[in-house]
Amino acid sequence: MATKSEIGQAPPAATDPGTEAPDVLSTPLHTVEIVSDPGEGAQTCGQIFASVTAKMGNGIWTVEIIPAEIQPPPRIPAGASGNRIRVGTNAVTNWGDRTNLVVAFNEQVLLARHRVGALEDDATILLENRWATHDDPAIRQEWTAAMKELAESSYRIVEVPMEVECLEVIEDPRRGKNMFALGLLTRVYDLDREVISAQIDHVFRKKQNREEIVQRNVDLLDRGIAWAQEHLDFRVDVPRRPTETPQVVMNGNQALALGAIASGMELAAMYPITPATSVSHQLGDIFERFGGVLHQAEDEIAAAGVAIGASYAGKVAFTITSGPGLALKTEFLGLAVMTEIPLVVIDVQRGGPSTGLPTKVEQSDLLAAIFGQPGDAPHVVLAPATIEECFHATVTARRIAETFRTVVIVLSDANLATGVQPFPRPELDASWQSTPADQSPVRAGRGPYDWDPRTGLSERFVPGRPGGMHTVTGLAHDEWSKVAYSTDINQRASEMRSRKIAVLQQTLQPPVVNGDESGELLIVGWGSTKGAIEEAVDRARSEGRSVSSLHLTFLSPLEPGLRDIFRRFGKVMTVEINYSDNSRAPFITQENRRRGQLSWLLRAHTLVDVDCWTRVLGEPIRPGAIHEVIRDHTRVLTDTGG
Amino acid sequence: MSGCSLLSVVLDEDRSFSVSDYEGARARWCPGCGDHSVLAATQRLLADEQLAPERTVFVSGIGCSSRFPHYLNTYGFHGIHGRALPLATGVKLQRPDLDVFVVMGDGDCVSIGAAHWVHAIRYNVNMVALLLDNEVYGLTKKQTSPTTPQGYSTNTQPHGTYLPAMNPLETTLGVTNASFVAQTAEWVPQHLFATIKAAYRHRGFSFVRILQRCPHYTEDLFLPFVQDPTRVELLEHEDGIVVPDLHSRFENQRHHDPADIDGARRLAETGDQIRLGLFFRDETHPRYDETRTLSAHTAEEKLSLLNEELDRYAV
Repeated sequence: MATKSEIGQAPPAATDPGTEAPDVLSTPLHTVEIVSDPGEGAQTCGQIFASVTAKMGNGIWTVEIIPAEIQPPPRIPAGASGNRIRVGTNAVTNWGDRTNLVVAFNEQVLLARHRVGALEDDATILLENRWATHDDPAIRQEWTAAMKELAESSYRIVEVPMEVECLEVIEDPRRGKNMFALGLLTRVYDLDREVISAQIDHVFRKKQNREEIVQRNVDLLDRGIAWAQEHLDFRVDVPRRPTETPQVVMNGNQALALGAIASGMELAAMYPITPATSVSHQLGDIFERFGGVLHQAEDEIAAAGVAIGASYAGKVAFTITSGPGLALKTEFLGLAVMTEIPLVVIDVQRGGPSTGLPTKVEQSDLLAAIFGQPGDAPHVVLAPATIEECFHATVTARRIAETFRTVVIVLSDANLATGVQPFPRPELDASWQSTPADQSPVRAGRGPYDWDPRTGLSERFVPGRPGGMHTVTGLAHDEWSKVAYSTDINQRASEMRSRKIAVLQQTLQPPVVNGDESGELLIVGWGSTKGAIEEAVDRARSEGRSVSSLHLTFLSPLEPGLRDIFRRFGKVMTVEINYSDNSRAPFITQENRRRGQLSWLLRAHTLVDVDCWTRVLGEPIRPGAIHEVIRDHTRVLTDTGG
Repeated sequence: MSGCSLLSVVLDEDRSFSVSDYEGARARWCPGCGDHSVLAATQRLLADEQLAPERTVFVSGIGCSSRFPHYLNTYGFHGIHGRALPLATGVKLQRPDLDVFVVMGDGDCVSIGAAHWVHAIRYNVNMVALLLDNEVYGLTKKQTSPTTPQGYSTNTQPHGTYLPAMNPLETTLGVTNASFVAQTAEWVPQHLFATIKAAYRHRGFSFVRILQRCPHYTEDLFLPFVQDPTRVELLEHEDGIVVPDLHSRFENQRHHDPADIDGARRLAETGDQIRLGLFFRDETHPRYDETRTLSAHTAEEKLSLLNEELDRYAV
């Protein structure tokens, strides 16, 4: 690993470019994407690029471009696969608006990006050009048609003979173009070739003939660097600001998994479901070293059951899922609430309902997570807003679950799951971890639900504790876990389970307002939209608009003081990635309008007329879009200071 | 038990338990319900094996028979309908040191919990699973269950149950990695006890189907077998379940080696006779709970391992 002083320094002077010195665009933010057919390695290229840029002192935010199928036919727009990386001088908190530079392995996947409006009008595109002269006339025709369509925008398309170049090094260019592309980017963004080589070595560390593979990839990298040096007349300089604080870089699912380990949880039960599964991949890789067990159950329901059974018998366990799985676990969550068995549920949300958009982001599980269980089932729902918070959310969730003997649902989403961002390396603390299950004898006269009448809290009798024998039951029960046959027991037990949540709420801090404490407009968000919302608010404030934002981590119970904060603003609206009716659409009235999920919640909670602006485009909300919304709802103030 | 120190309780070799030490709340099943016999046989087993009540867990689903744990003085988990097996699997993965018994009815295990049943057989986690099969839904008042015989009238299929009954023994014997499959009847208490005991002694997932009268809804289904012992055949083998006292009552005895899976499958088929005994046992099958064990690490050890792991993500 490079020492700090080395990070961020310019690489050793390269050999003189073959052409005259290139134009250097200096900018604090630049977005690049690498896009190919699946299997051509654009994602590996993007991941290495992102890691190295972060290591050299840039802020980054990465999103994956994922096709729905594993191996769709080649050269179709729906097959576009790759990564989009937003590079910044400061920390990058969201995926931004549009892409400035594209490396595309064929014109069809490029068309896909063009058609979804992913690219800036003046984007530069480095495009593989072998298709223009391909033997197959159909392919040549597709190329011509695509060029015509792309001409709608004022892109600058630079044709690159990727395959021709790669064939100088390897026989199958499908398995090497990505490293050539990485070479192009190395030159454009002035990355340190040595750091890149080390990262390539790391990526292929598990391969059998590692040395040979790494060498071939480095050769391709060099070929890309050399080609760019000779042919590209531009470079991009995103000034680097290496930090003194040690940083780690990972995606949200990796952070959830590592956070779960840091929390001391030892058993995870899951069933494969996108986009949550990579949490389990991470655990599958390392959990056993920590003494943990990752149990892949026969279905989502069983996964919840195994986690609850394990929690009941000892340390708090957790289950990992996404929306459809959360639906299946519903009855078991009710059981955990009723029996007061602690449980952590990680829900990495995707688009819904039903199978919905399995690989795409949405924040549509909020109300299901809070209210989804039939009967009154008070429990805790919290949502990390950043990759760093994904790490700490599992630690917090475990502690709350255990202290309050309840279910804690952690709502992440597909944006955090695949987004990659550096953050300060967590300073691990042994006290985050759960202690071994109490096996001491139970004191005489104590019942398994000896609720403290003020707080509803009680001591847990884990099997193995002498004198604590009882049968937990999903039936209404009293302090002794005896089935309730009298009317008052259920009222009292419901009160006690609910009281715990109130006690937790009393320990929460009021949320911090980003911007002024009062003003014209307050944007409220939750989960992964934080970075985009705050960037949009900053842009609007710099135009002199009176707008602030507030981001909620706890959704159930809600953080204190919301009503007081809301009343200091002329208008309050949520920005969310879930569906709401447009109030101007046909048939939609104030009476029948269906609103964003957080907006429903806040209206009921605060009696403030909280509006909402939501989108379900299957992608993170762009700061530019939020900025537009803010403009629509605020006046520009004069710059006289108000 | 209060006031004892942990040492004196857990390490007290002199502790001894009688049947009454395992008695919980008074059973509220109907008079004549077969559940009572199973409870009595189980309490007898617990005393016979001297299992510490605090280290024994009974897990059940929902249904008449799933009230079982409430009537024992051990740890119990009365779960949700069909899902006793996942809960029990979780308990056992977390705490292999505990003895785990699962009590399910036929609706619970064979219908709504069928997926878990099939996979629990395959996981072969070391626990005892008792299927209390009265061939009807009792708690919800006489609906057809998967094991209700064809033609039998119920409240949901009053013109007679449409399809042939599912045979849980055949199903279990058909699942890869099945390691212990037995059948007994609650009206033959010595056999019931011997079977539960053999199940407890088996290392792996022991599946026991207990034929059981429901005095309200299905008594007539079992009456012919109760009244005519010649319609019962005992499976006999030195490695099986042998109760010599029964030989005079049940003249039909068949020699069956429980190592013989093909024979077991043939004998499990539904016919005019019912067969009691051990159909199959193989202790060499892999056990999921042996391959997946939690290992103890101190918080500090984990911390240091996690710091090493974080190094991989260091910028």
